Amino acid sequence: MKTLQGIPLDYYLWLSAALFTIGVLGVLFRRNAIVIFMCIELMLNAVNLLLVAFSNYYSDASGQVFVFFIMAVAAAEVAVGLAILMLMYRNTKTTDINILNRLKW
Amino acid sequence: MTFTNNLFYFLSFVAVLSALLVVFSKNPVHSVLYLIITFFAIAGHYVLLNAQFLAAVHVIVYAGAIMVLFLYVIMLLNLNHESETHKSTLMKLAATISAGLLLVVLVGSIRGSEQLMVQPQQVEVGSVKDMGRVLFKEFLLPFEISSVLLLVAMIGAVMLGKNEEEGKNPS
Repeated sequence: MKTLQGIPLDYYLWLSAALFTIGVLGVLFRRNAIVIFMCIELMLNAVNLLLVAFSNYYSDASGQVFVFFIMAVAAAEVAVGLAILMLMYRNTKTTDINILNRLKW
Repeated sequence: MTFTNNLFYFLSFVAVLSALLVVFSKNPVHSVLYLIITFFAIAGHYVLLNAQFLAAVHVIVYAGAIMVLFLYVIMLLNLNHESETHKSTLMKLAATISAGLLLVVLVGSIRGSEQLMVQPQQVEVGSVKDMGRVLFKEFLLPFEISSVLLLVAMIGAVMLGKNEEEGKNPS
């Protein structure tokens, strides 16, 4: 198995799988919408890490460019998402997602 | 070799531990701070993978911009206390079991996959110079479109954050 600076590619697969699962666990586990947002960021970062690892493995810069675009999209997503969260808080005075299970105020 | 190995283990440990603390800490502000630690660990992984440009961008964008935005919203909404109502034990158990099953599926698929046999060429990628060359030659159009996306997101955030009662009762 080819290694990346002495580290097998497998290790990055394991690490990314662990981080992604922790993100999924957070989304399922917590009820605070802001913390759920943070866990989504965690999942995005797990995928980014794996993309960079594979990009380095194949010596292809496309993967890193892709990560760059994912970061841009994540920034946009966070800006809009937090604005929606502010709006939700203004209407319901809470960030608990259980309030929103009726899809109306 | 052994130094990079130790560094990898250390960074992985820090990343996974602080990611777990993000999920399980009660206070949202603590979650944000642990998430910043996770992001710095991931930036260290990028440096380890010869992606210096991405490491810098990652620290600037995530730790610098996105996390400040999160902290700002938490402070603005005055959520920096442990006021969260908790899910029932059944829901927590179901969530943990679901995440564990996902981990089992991922582990199974990784273990079942065949070993990668591509012989990598020794080409430098990841420095600012190489990334810039690729970004502005092959990916020029997506790069420009992403600027439009950021503009749209900014306009959307401003529109959503605008007080709709403004016209009715001026403060």
